[in-house]
Amino acid sequence: MDTIAIFIEKIEGEFEEVPKGTIKPTTDYRSIEGWSSMQALIVIAWVDSEYGVTLNGEDLQKAVTIGDLYEIVKAHKTTKEQSPL
Amino acid sequence: MASFSIQGINIAGIAATVPKTVEHNMDYTYISEKERKSLIKVTGVEQRRVASAQTTTSDLCFEAATKLIDELNWKKEDISILIFVSQSSDYFLPATAVILQGRLGLPTHCMAFDIALGCSGYVYGLSVITGLMHSAGIKKGLLLVGDVSSVICSKTDKSTYPLFGDAGTATAVELTDDAKPIHFNLNNDGNKYNTIIVQHGRGRNRGSPDSFRMEKIAEGIERSKLNIELNGIEVFNFSINEVPEMVNELFRDTQTTSNDYDYLVLHQANRLINETIRKKLGFDAAKVPYSISKYGNTSSASIPLTIASELREQISKNKLRLLCAGFGVGLSWGAVSFTTNKTVILPVLEI
Repeated sequence: MDTIAIFIEKIEGEFEEVPKGTIKPTTDYRSIEGWSSMQALIVIAWVDSEYGVTLNGEDLQKAVTIGDLYEIVKAHKTTKEQSPL
Repeated sequence: MASFSIQGINIAGIAATVPKTVEHNMDYTYISEKERKSLIKVTGVEQRRVASAQTTTSDLCFEAATKLIDELNWKKEDISILIFVSQSSDYFLPATAVILQGRLGLPTHCMAFDIALGCSGYVYGLSVITGLMHSAGIKKGLLLVGDVSSVICSKTDKSTYPLFGDAGTATAVELTDDAKPIHFNLNNDGNKYNTIIVQHGRGRNRGSPDSFRMEKIAEGIERSKLNIELNGIEVFNFSINEVPEMVNELFRDTQTTSNDYDYLVLHQANRLINETIRKKLGFDAAKVPYSISKYGNTSSASIPLTIASELREQISKNKLRLLCAGFGVGLSWGAVSFTTNKTVILPVLEI
């Protein structure tokens, strides 16, 4: 799993309108410039291809900051890696 | 597990009809210009065809069927099965397939019935018609598939209205000695029935003055219980996980890989979903055609419409091995692979 710094660097790459270095772990992700329900789908698709885990609606509702999102992705990934399947 | 093959059936022809009226998503001023641009980029829907108040799915299918029967030079008395697949039938009852049998002038011995499925409907419909024709020795059949979804979308619901377009299609199926097997893989998950749903207007909630009441669900989402509701995130996750898994299962069952197929024709759900599926399955972009920018998500019609709109020339020149996958409302998902053989594809028709 990437460090949070790398996670943020990659997520910034997914948002065309966001200048590099502006997103912090404490940033409320819904307040990111250009955020909409469409960006939510982009993030889900990106997390799926980058980390092989699925964020559901509940995850997105629960998370407030980018740091929260990172922890959720990390937790999903750990659960998946420990699963016998 | 519903994974099986049907022998001795050829897809003789495909035709698709769309309404003449075009709506552009850049003109959808209910949302901001910025939101419109982002919506078009993610979903891929630039414009959609919208049926007039007088036009039903069966009207669109009727036009496609009439032109296809003419082009194939089929005798109507030889057509012994007609299946109509849709979530937008003409009446509560009777079945729309029966109305179409009469309207098309097909003989009364032509069996006709409806299947109520949406985005997966083309694949399911093909499995039923080819299976019945094979087992009963029926020589010629028509599969009429489509949806007019615009009437059930609330214009003030940005999560549905700018996505869906209307279309009706006809696929002519014939018994033959000279055909490669058609493979199917069919699935559903009824525990997720409310992921895409119209709550009122049928048995569970018949309808009352309350059914018409507009409710604000969220910013940009205002609708009644007679409108379609779609949980975008759940549909997204379902599609990008279940569809690749199903296709990989079909690969295993048929001992094929993505290299064995000329094209992967996906239900036109939304561009980001389809691109994610495409990449997971390892198909080159050139092998995965899109009609979504022109026609939107046309529900059950999207696979045959995409074939008619994007693959007509290629199919007229070569025998092509196609892999098609439909997925959505139900939740229901299915894949089919077949090889075209002198399959007649009409240019997209308009009424």
